Amino acid sequence: MSTNPVQLRGMTAAELTKKIFANEPLFILDVRNEKDFNDWKIEGNQIQAINIPYFELLDGVDSVLEKMPGNQEVLVVCSKEGSSKFVAEQLIEQKRSDVSYLVGGMKSWSEHLEPVKIGDLKDGGSIYQFVRIGKGCLSYMVISDGEAAIIDTLRMTEVFENFAKENNAVIKHTLDTHLHADHISGGRRLAELTGASYWLPPKDADEVVFDYHKLEENADITVGNTKINIQPVYSPGHTIGSTSLIVDDKYLLSGDILFIQSIGRPDLAGKAEDWVGDLRNTLYSRYKQLSEDLIVLPAHFGKSTELGGGGKVAARLGDLYRENFGLNIQDDTEFRKTVTENLPSQPNAYQEIRQTNMGKITPSNEEQREMEIGPNRCAVHDN
Amino acid sequence: MADLIVDAKGLACPMPIVKAKKGMDSLQTGQLMKLQTTDKGSMKDFQAWVNQSKHELVESHEVNGVFTFIVKKG
Repeated sequence: MSTNPVQLRGMTAAELTKKIFANEPLFILDVRNEKDFNDWKIEGNQIQAINIPYFELLDGVDSVLEKMPGNQEVLVVCSKEGSSKFVAEQLIEQKRSDVSYLVGGMKSWSEHLEPVKIGDLKDGGSIYQFVRIGKGCLSYMVISDGEAAIIDTLRMTEVFENFAKENNAVIKHTLDTHLHADHISGGRRLAELTGASYWLPPKDADEVVFDYHKLEENADITVGNTKINIQPVYSPGHTIGSTSLIVDDKYLLSGDILFIQSIGRPDLAGKAEDWVGDLRNTLYSRYKQLSEDLIVLPAHFGKSTELGGGGKVAARLGDLYRENFGLNIQDDTEFRKTVTENLPSQPNAYQEIRQTNMGKITPSNEEQREMEIGPNRCAVHDN
Repeated sequence: MADLIVDAKGLACPMPIVKAKKGMDSLQTGQLMKLQTTDKGSMKDFQAWVNQSKHELVESHEVNGVFTFIVKKG
């Protein structure tokens, strides 16, 4: 009797994201080279990963079989997908039936955006978080009465366009809380495509070569007829222009200033020493004057433990004042030391990314993809 | 002058290294193989592969998007 051969299955980035959000256990065999793996990998609370480069498996996969759990789903991952298919096929030949590969590899993983509803707004309307899970970037869409505003738009603009369309909303505003250094902003392009207004803090825009609306404290930005106010709060420190947004008196979009388990780093424009005082002032004085009940919605997360229920990345400001180590460094000198010394390495291609966001260089789509490979590295964590 | 030339131009991962390994297997210790590839990703992998093998990377360079490696069999 012959049995049907097991077909090699692909798992998409969207399917993998849902598994991580649902805390489903998964075993990952990452076959990229050791350096790429150590630099950046798929993380989740229930994910167990090992790294064996595919070029060590050219003569067979016996060495992997003994390291794999007996009856758990296995996902093989590489940069683009070719090598993971090559390895997964060999595993299937060895009678492993529960093996799949990541469709599009880490490139697709880097670009996947998952929308998560954060909550409803007082006068109708909703706010959504877009989780770029592979890179740890977060965007937001505020929808009210047929209009939408998008904050910290990522490069994958069609995702936002489609989402607005599905929700019968016209995109009126795109806003960047600061000039990003870890990823290419889609804000200006999306504004051009949809006729929306693009907003950027003027202090971050010294060198930009395009027109924009000034995101300043007196700027009045509304979405929908119900006047969902977006109130800018000048909060420098990660960059000199960094501006937070208060939406509907309830949500504090903190950009790269304050995260759930960490705080922003002041050095990506080469001015750590100058900006550390601003960062201190924003976190220890400016934000302290705000309501403790505001829900902080940052522009990044760095660890999978920052992903809450259903993939949400959010926390009450008052809770962060108790739990976030970066808000609990009482000594000035120690604070200065923490945010200027022993910082993680900078994001991949961060200088070129800043130039791109200023409009000074215009890389091709493929080049932009390459520039964004890797984690965001915008935070100062405590370990 | 290389004893063997492996042309992996236009091929994507994992083929450049699969072909390179086959090539190296066919050589005697001390002989040289020249590999040419256009896949940027497999360039890093190739260097990592050589590093963990007994072989020695004699030369590597890039001209107009073509990466050339010369490896001596160890």
